[in-house]
Amino acid sequence: MTLGLINANPIVHAKRERVARATVEDFNAEDAVDALGDPEHPYSLEQLSVLSEESITVDEKLGRILITFTPTVQHCSMATVIGLCLRVKLIQCFPPHYKVDINVSPGSHANEESVNKQLNDKERVAAALENPNLRQLVDECLYSNEL
Amino acid sequence: MDSSLDGCDVELRELQRLEGHTDRVWSLSWAPPLAGSPPMLASCSGDKSVRIWQQTPSGVWDCKAVLDETHTRTVRSCAWSPSGKMLATASFDATTAIWERVGSDFDCVATLEGHENEVKSVAWSASGMLLATCGRDKSVWIWEVQPGNEFECVSVLQGHTQDVKMVQWHPSADVLVSVSYDNSIKVWAEDGDSDDWHCIQTLGESCCGHSSTVWALSFNSTGDRMVTCSDDLTLKIWDTSDNPSQTSSGRCGSWKHLCTLSGYHDRTVFSVHWSSTGIIASGAADDAIRLFIENKDSSIDGPSYKLLLKKEKAHDMDVNSVQWNPKEPELLASASDDGTIKIWRLSGISS
Repeated sequence: MTLGLINANPIVHAKRERVARATVEDFNAEDAVDALGDPEHPYSLEQLSVLSEESITVDEKLGRILITFTPTVQHCSMATVIGLCLRVKLIQCFPPHYKVDINVSPGSHANEESVNKQLNDKERVAAALENPNLRQLVDECLYSNEL
Repeated sequence: MDSSLDGCDVELRELQRLEGHTDRVWSLSWAPPLAGSPPMLASCSGDKSVRIWQQTPSGVWDCKAVLDETHTRTVRSCAWSPSGKMLATASFDATTAIWERVGSDFDCVATLEGHENEVKSVAWSASGMLLATCGRDKSVWIWEVQPGNEFECVSVLQGHTQDVKMVQWHPSADVLVSVSYDNSIKVWAEDGDSDDWHCIQTLGESCCGHSSTVWALSFNSTGDRMVTCSDDLTLKIWDTSDNPSQTSSGRCGSWKHLCTLSGYHDRTVFSVHWSSTGIIASGAADDAIRLFIENKDSSIDGPSYKLLLKKEKAHDMDVNSVQWNPKEPELLASASDDGTIKIWRLSGISS
């Protein structure tokens, strides 16, 4: 794929120091998405402020996860890819019955409503993940991280 | 336990869990009852296969066939022809396959190509002479069934502005309904003179329609009512008793919104099916199955429907499809993201 960079000069933030967690229960969504790389930069999504600790709400009792992320630019066409990556990562990290809702943070994207709708339509997500090009992009963002 | 209402002893009991698919099960279709043949169910899955299940004389359901060498991607939808001799399967691989039942075997006798990408639904008309498909390319295709397993595309219908989630035919007339990610419901019929198909009605949000993706629809047995379900967490009941081709004085056409069932679901409703005895089943992303019946007690403000039963945790994950058996109306099948299919028996309904 020959994609030009959509945000060529992102602002990069320092990685947070993290205390090692003790139990399995403590393993949570923050850790899972922390490790995610950005689809077009060698930084983690946390470093790019796409995600922060406040982005993720986990309700273990109801088995629900809500993620709100902030694309680096208003018209970021990678927003749907980032959303796909987050979804795949969470599916891998949490028991299968967890319900995952993923949205861009309010006002952070020019097509907020349509991006949110697409990210939460499981049929479109399933179809996208069967698309070899998109799947490759998602896999790269999942496995080529943590510099 | 079932949370049944009105103090009735209505119960939805799990008879059997059918395992075999290795990915989410998207859709189900009961075969039309054939004389002397036990009930048969087709299921299709993200594992790219179709499975055929049949009840044995002892009452247990067995997998009779696995059709797994034709589709190369998710099989999203399956539908038996009215004769029960053919099965159509629609796939994300952009094709629709037609299978012929020969004894206990199934032969792929035709592959319908034309959609640009994912095909999401397939449906046979009541006569079995027409087939409709729809998909992500925003189009609805109508195919004519011809001798020798030939299928000719007679119309490609554009009108939806986003992907089309499902197509279903009216139970007796050659009228087609499609529902879409663009939140609308469209009604299509043939122009008597020119043999051309047209959109004759659009039921959008301004006509009391849905405010998000419409995932599915089902007619009642007589075809004078239709139910639709949506990502907006509601079911909507429509009066479809008037000829849809008739010009109507109202802005929204001759099919009219009757009522909205809201406040029952708290996640997307993926599937809805109307039984021959009038019970509406819904399957949703909250893993539950709900049953609704018409509320005959209060009809002052027009027809209304009430919750008859909610089966919590019907599956471990999203319920993608619910289908009543056409011959034994107390039998319900459900399919889920958890990879299983369940057969349920409804009891305690006084008819």
